[in-house]
Amino acid sequence: MAAPMLRWCCPGRRFAFARVGCGSCHRRGPPTGSTSNGKRGQSTVAQQPHITAQKPRKGEREWAAVVGLEIHAQIASNSKLFSGSQVHFAAPPNSLVSFFDASLPGTLPVLNRRCVEAAVMTGLALDCHINRKSLFDRKHYFYADLPAGYQITQQRLPIAVNGSLAYSVSVGRKPSQMVTRTVRVKQIQLEQDSGKSLHDDLRSQTLIDLNRAEGQLRVDANISVHRPGEPLGVRTEVKNLNSARFLARAIDYEIQRQINELENGGEILNETRSFDYKLGCTVPMRDKEGKQDYRFMPEPNLPPLLLYDSGSLPPGADPQQVIDIDRLRERLPELPRVTRERLVRQYGMLPEHSCALLNEVGLLEFFQSVIKETRAEPKKVTSWVLNTFLGFLKQQNLAVSESPVTPSALAELLDLLDRKAISSSAAKQVFEELWRNEGKTPAQIVAEKKLELLQDLEALEQLCRSTLEAHPHVVMDLKRGNPRAINKLIGLVRKATLGRADPTAIKEVLERQLSS
Amino acid sequence: MVKDGCAHVKPAAATDLSVFLLVTWSLWWQTGHEDHVGPDPPRSESNCLLRVQEVSVALKQGQVTPTELCQRCLSLIKKTKFLNAYITVSEEVALKQAEEAEKRYKKGHSLGDLDGIPIAVKDNFSTSGIETTCASNMLKGYVPPYNATVVQKLLDQGALLMGKTNLDEFAMGSGSTDGIFGPVKNPWSYSKQYREKRKQNSHSENEDSNWLITGGSSGGSAAAVSAFTCFAALGSDTGGSTRNPAAHCGVVGLKPSYGLVSRHGLIPLVNSMDVPGILTRCVDDAATVLGILAGHDPKDSTTIQDPVKPFTLPSLTDVSKLCIGIPKEYLTPELSSEVHSLWSKAANLFESEGAKVIEVSLPHTSYSIVCYHVLCTSEVASNMARFDGLEYGHRCDSSVSTEAMYAATRREGFNDVVRGRILSGNFFLLKENYENYFVKAQKVRRLIANDFVNVFNSGVDVLLTPTTLSEAVPYTEFIKEDNRTRSAQDDIFTQAVNMAGLPAVSVPMALSTQGLPIGLQFIGRAFCDQQLLTVAKWFEKQVQFPVIQLQELMDDCSSVFENEKLASVSLK
Repeated sequence: MAAPMLRWCCPGRRFAFARVGCGSCHRRGPPTGSTSNGKRGQSTVAQQPHITAQKPRKGEREWAAVVGLEIHAQIASNSKLFSGSQVHFAAPPNSLVSFFDASLPGTLPVLNRRCVEAAVMTGLALDCHINRKSLFDRKHYFYADLPAGYQITQQRLPIAVNGSLAYSVSVGRKPSQMVTRTVRVKQIQLEQDSGKSLHDDLRSQTLIDLNRAEGQLRVDANISVHRPGEPLGVRTEVKNLNSARFLARAIDYEIQRQINELENGGEILNETRSFDYKLGCTVPMRDKEGKQDYRFMPEPNLPPLLLYDSGSLPPGADPQQVIDIDRLRERLPELPRVTRERLVRQYGMLPEHSCALLNEVGLLEFFQSVIKETRAEPKKVTSWVLNTFLGFLKQQNLAVSESPVTPSALAELLDLLDRKAISSSAAKQVFEELWRNEGKTPAQIVAEKKLELLQDLEALEQLCRSTLEAHPHVVMDLKRGNPRAINKLIGLVRKATLGRADPTAIKEVLERQLSS
Repeated sequence: MVKDGCAHVKPAAATDLSVFLLVTWSLWWQTGHEDHVGPDPPRSESNCLLRVQEVSVALKQGQVTPTELCQRCLSLIKKTKFLNAYITVSEEVALKQAEEAEKRYKKGHSLGDLDGIPIAVKDNFSTSGIETTCASNMLKGYVPPYNATVVQKLLDQGALLMGKTNLDEFAMGSGSTDGIFGPVKNPWSYSKQYREKRKQNSHSENEDSNWLITGGSSGGSAAAVSAFTCFAALGSDTGGSTRNPAAHCGVVGLKPSYGLVSRHGLIPLVNSMDVPGILTRCVDDAATVLGILAGHDPKDSTTIQDPVKPFTLPSLTDVSKLCIGIPKEYLTPELSSEVHSLWSKAANLFESEGAKVIEVSLPHTSYSIVCYHVLCTSEVASNMARFDGLEYGHRCDSSVSTEAMYAATRREGFNDVVRGRILSGNFFLLKENYENYFVKAQKVRRLIANDFVNVFNSGVDVLLTPTTLSEAVPYTEFIKEDNRTRSAQDDIFTQAVNMAGLPAVSVPMALSTQGLPIGLQFIGRAFCDQQLLTVAKWFEKQVQFPVIQLQELMDDCSSVFENEKLASVSLK
């Protein structure tokens, strides 16, 4: 769910905010004899659950969980949603605060065109109905980091509604078992971000940063469980989840907690909870004002937001003053679903590999650069990018953009491998060297470390002959009919060549010598 | 600039005031002394010399310098300090601006019609570097870092900012009696016209205790213009706050069309109804100021995009093509017989000059007050939420918890009227009440607006109504009712206009039998402000409203002022 929104996320201050209703019930708990549904639980987000369901108890009926997400994503824009202040990630506190941002009396909001465009494009990407007219509302609550005492949002008539997103997840144990799921998107709304509170418990002070660059993504998850066929359960809201991983863990935990609570005769309170990522559990938040009534009302300082398409565009309209949905549709980049299908078609890639390439920011671009520069097979490139390259990144917790290995270097390495200049194991060694980033090309590393495959057939013949002579009992073993003994010989020869000989070539020579 | 008709009048003994501005300025006082005796005396031709356009010419011709003008207004502000029209007098700023204007005039490039001309601004408009209080403890000491767009536009024209004028706290009121700096006194309380009438009617009462309210909430601005301490003033108008005090103080009060003038920097009461208002001594001046203020402001998304032409008013000679509507619902039992008869007189005047005058109906008028109450308090509750003591303004001493701090800050910062409206508004906005109150009120607002649309579509050009129920009442009388009751009564003719976003102007017509001004209101089609003002100008010319005669007051008060000064000196 978060993925398409994440593509929008850049350090910024605005929130395009998607309220996502859960399309499919999240089934949890073990199957019972009477139900045909034997699937293990899958979260509505494409994440593997981290906690496993309890062991089935006899006669127990299954539980169904319902999850709705409220996703806050910042829009990549130069200035804020309603003011001209700039947006910079990690700027000094309160350095990017306009009079409006500080809610000085008499200041008025002015809508940022870029943010409207981003919201429309998000709506189009999520297959939403784009409302030609949308409205802004004020949502009131007192909090120190909300200087106006209200937040401007789109509660009643948001910019986009009724969308859906299809995505693939792997089910069962094999990653190749991919199924397509769909979530419904209830609405997308433009919303002003609140400020940031920094609590100094020691001095019992709260410091406020009105720059409001809190993070690129924030998700609130609403979760309830019920018995299939019965009414939905009481929901809890887990707030301020800031990564897909924590989101999945929080949801899994909360579902299990609610099941346990209900099975032990307890009840679920309609409450707000937070996720303690260190302990991996959700805890009730201190409810400051009891039940909130946000006293929504229309924002009188912003006229209705009107959008047009090529059919409804008023003649002679100033293009700077109007937003044309059709023109924004033309500007949409290729959507992830289409990209994945193309990868499968174009490179004969497995669907799960196409997913993996898109799940990491910049990985697809890296892959495509390598493909462009190497003669190696796409399958080989895929395997190297997803296994070796991604493995190294994950191990060191780096983003693709931070990789010390460039696409060109990997392409050169794969070329060496492709024309059998080096063995696969040598290639791994070269990759490790490249990762250390000493400014050497793969060819230089191969030459320095003498990793090139033994091309001198005579030398190889010589090595094979001496290996056979040095290990007569293995030869005997082979001649007695143990076919696996040849592998031992091949290993011995490879060791003697310091891994620089192609095992197929060694086998060929050995067989020739043994049969002569 | 001395007009023939008045040139023979010899100035009386030179008092401080009789020479205070131009030779011609003294003339109206003289004519006042000698001619203005009846209840509705004719207005002298020389009066127009108090107008922006005439002074502008005098400045250009070098008959007076901006600094002289400024100093004389400052001196008048001091002399009329007891009126309590100003919260802050920005003397240094004004003198510095005057100096700059003077340099420009010397070089022969003035910035425009307002260059070097003293103006005043209601204390709910943000003024950069000058305290802006909204007459509330909450904003006492608050100095905005920016100018409201309308203030900036006036300054860009070279206008001299004399100071910030008094009001009801956060503009909530109709008397200018409910601010922390105390009530504003109506200059007419001290006019020769009123005093002479009072002498005839009663003999025993203490005159000073019986001063009159200005109306409100822009009473400070109305009093400032009425007492000649400036040539034009900005008010704000949400339900009649500019027109009501204009009527009580005998000046012109214009509420422009919603969306024509930027609200950026106006500390809001009701965003969907607030409009910066203009108070001047004549309709032409209001048009001049409106011409400067009108137009799109990128900082206010509710201002119209279309370019605005300068507002110059033709002198209408023929009203025969005009259709004047008289809304029958405005004939309420509370309307004083005197205002009623002047209203009829005005209608007859139009008719006798050939205009078509017809009775029209605005059927939803009676729902206006209660509808306004719901919408106003709801927006107030929302707009006042930002005053939490954190970023600016008053903050209480308590530091038990953030919530306790909010509560104490807001308790100390707002008066009962403001707190009462916040409470009502929050009640109407509660989830369980929203549909029953706020949504219904919005629907009624639409009906009220449609009433006007229907009337204008039927061929009516301008509506003619009273501005207020009666003339200004004494303060002691006024405070017998609470703010809410007063606001509901006093806004009756003015407030529907704000709901519909229409332009309206109050023009003083005549003095009551008590010698107090009575104004009538003209309401125009949306964005037909120029047409509205053209009709108002014609009317103004016909009625020849008398100039306020304040000489005695000034003399008395200058001695009061001197004594006060001595007292304060001796205390040090």
